Amino acid sequence: MFEALSDKLSGVFDRLRGRGTLGEADVAEALREVRLALLDADVALPVVRDFIARVRERAVGAEVLESVTPGQQIVKIVNDALVEQLGGAGAVPVNLNAAAPIPILMVGLQGSGKTTTAGKLGLRIQTRERRRVLLASLDTQRPAAQLQLQQLGERAGVTSLPIVAGQTPVEIARRALDTARREVFDVVILDTAGRLSIDAALMDEVRAIRDVAAPAETLLVVDAMTGQDAVNTARAFNEALGVTGIVLTRMDGDARGGAALSMRAVTGAPIKLAGTGEKLEALEDFHPERVAGRILGLGDVVGLVEKASETLDEQEAERIAARIAKGKFDLEDYAAQLRQISKMGSLSSILGMLPGAGKLKAQIDDSKLDTAILKRQAAIIGSMTRAERRAPDIIKASRKKRIAAGSGTSVQDVNRLLKQFDDMSTMMKRMNKLGQKGLMRHGLAALMPKGGAPMGGGRRPF
Amino acid sequence: MALGFFNRLKAGLSRSTQKLSDGITGAFTRRKLDDAALEELEETLIAADLGTEVAARVIAAFRRTRFGREVTDEEVKTALAGEIAEILAPVARPLEIDPAHKPFVVLVVGVNGTGKTTTIGKLAQHYAEAGLRPMLVAGDTFRAAAVEQLQIWGQRTSAPVIAGAANADAAGLAFEALTRAAAEGADVVLIDTAGRLHNKSVLMEELRKIIRVIRKHDPSAPHATLLVLDATTGQNAIQQVRVFKEMVDITGLIVTKLDGSARGGIVVALAEAFGLPVHAVGVGEQAADLRPFDAEDYARGLVGT
Repeated sequence: MFEALSDKLSGVFDRLRGRGTLGEADVAEALREVRLALLDADVALPVVRDFIARVRERAVGAEVLESVTPGQQIVKIVNDALVEQLGGAGAVPVNLNAAAPIPILMVGLQGSGKTTTAGKLGLRIQTRERRRVLLASLDTQRPAAQLQLQQLGERAGVTSLPIVAGQTPVEIARRALDTARREVFDVVILDTAGRLSIDAALMDEVRAIRDVAAPAETLLVVDAMTGQDAVNTARAFNEALGVTGIVLTRMDGDARGGAALSMRAVTGAPIKLAGTGEKLEALEDFHPERVAGRILGLGDVVGLVEKASETLDEQEAERIAARIAKGKFDLEDYAAQLRQISKMGSLSSILGMLPGAGKLKAQIDDSKLDTAILKRQAAIIGSMTRAERRAPDIIKASRKKRIAAGSGTSVQDVNRLLKQFDDMSTMMKRMNKLGQKGLMRHGLAALMPKGGAPMGGGRRPF
Repeated sequence: MALGFFNRLKAGLSRSTQKLSDGITGAFTRRKLDDAALEELEETLIAADLGTEVAARVIAAFRRTRFGREVTDEEVKTALAGEIAEILAPVARPLEIDPAHKPFVVLVVGVNGTGKTTTIGKLAQHYAEAGLRPMLVAGDTFRAAAVEQLQIWGQRTSAPVIAGAANADAAGLAFEALTRAAAEGADVVLIDTAGRLHNKSVLMEELRKIIRVIRKHDPSAPHATLLVLDATTGQNAIQQVRVFKEMVDITGLIVTKLDGSARGGIVVALAEAFGLPVHAVGVGEQAADLRPFDAEDYARGLVGT
């Protein structure tokens, strides 16, 4: 399902290699795959339709450049259009050009991450912009919601409005603004209760809050895992309030984040921030180009590099990468890799981030290589002699028996490991080959950074 | 980027979404069920989050039996709902509290913000009304004020809440709770956990630890491990369920926020892929807003009858 789009497209276009321009029929066939990729990434159907129509216009008759295949050419056109529609290159900052105290209103469905985001945003504005921030929770619906924001404020070192029981959200909003004026705060972040877009009473309430607060920013907070309903939610909130910006939360998950495209298309409001973790600092600028690659299943290469660089021992990775490149990957390297991988998280999630790794991931799933087995495998390799690790071919029946006994496993386990190592070597070779073709260049190279030339931020993943 | 492109896109959007919101009603008032009609039907399912593959399969089955017939709006909806209800019927199984286990231990897990704590509050109410003695365990020691949130639910439902210090070890807390539950004669222990994204292996490992520790008290526990799933979730729910199942062997699902505009079609895909029971659905923020999962009702909701 998550097979990379470019793999599929190169399948579609294999027989078309060398043609000068993209014909209508070819484009139509390719766009069917693009349509599925977008839908599988949770881009809402009406948004997909319009997007495909736009891309079709651009793609038909486009010149295929010398150096790329027609499939890659289409992916490029699609990717460019996606980046454009997600907001173009670069991030849009939160608007703080208003008279202090500047009200920022946070709205969204239940559980989308409004309160956490309010705390993170307060911290961000306070540390980056050096403005005094006041947090105020208007959530009188969910038990302990006001307390949650207060505690977040304490953790972040951001002042929060004292809680007064029994006040209505509109009253709290007034009190927050009065307090901010009196005590000279620059920014007031108003967190609201989660509400369903079809809940008329609560939508009226948030409109009343908006009228009282006259916010400089009305930020719609949306979970990156949201499905097709993203359009309904975005439209309802936008019609009721006039959304000025979107915050996409849980971008540290492995959802492909098609909701971003739906939201942006329906509201026309820029996606300003992305929530990327549980820490209070984990609120970042939104990068359309990264999310475009993710939606298309091209992999979030930059995200992978970041994740890798957090946990990987770079020198070790570099050494292994060099050995893979030379085709000298042996069991010692494999053991070293097992250690690194178990540090990084499950194999599936790592491979999910790699461009073009869809098939490899399927192979790994097939061979049942999960994290639990990694430990046992490390034990088996630990029971081998150095000579055996370097040249696994010499491991025959009696050596296998000895290794199994030494590692507390069975001969079958040893066999399975050797088979998997074989598969792995084959995969490595394949990844290398793909790398030379260009598709994987940034993937594997990014996983194992080499000296001074890691991934450039703006380079496209194909 | 040219603003013109964007405005055109928006105009197009409002047109096509208008059409979509009319749903099947507009598309199927007395017409022949031909390729175009089936395609529209398939898109309606996709727009309800069934996913492209499952939508295609449902429509393929539909095509075999009904292609080319003259059908009314009502017939199409009823038949399609029937088709989907058939997929859902095997997973519509309530959570049975086995009195042989006293206390019956329920571990509640899920990604952030799906409604775990609220669901526990509702479950507590449900069991209290059924004459059982529930006990709540505030195992979300990470999120700000999660403990207080559960304590308020405890007051509302008159169920005791076991809580530790902030950032306390959730596994140790669960163990302590089970000891107390046994001493105080609780029938059901509902353990809340911090929300965690399934791709964070360290956090998933933490969840496994909670289970290991619970088993030191009672080797047969937890007797149910429930994944709380937000109905607005898209295709990522499949990965969510897969990883949680692999890591903590979830035994059933509770689908929340079905009172919104999301239709929760992902449940159909999950039923096909995993066959895990769906015990209940959440339809509001009040204690009584937890309903049994009914395959036919759910299917009708999906196709919009």
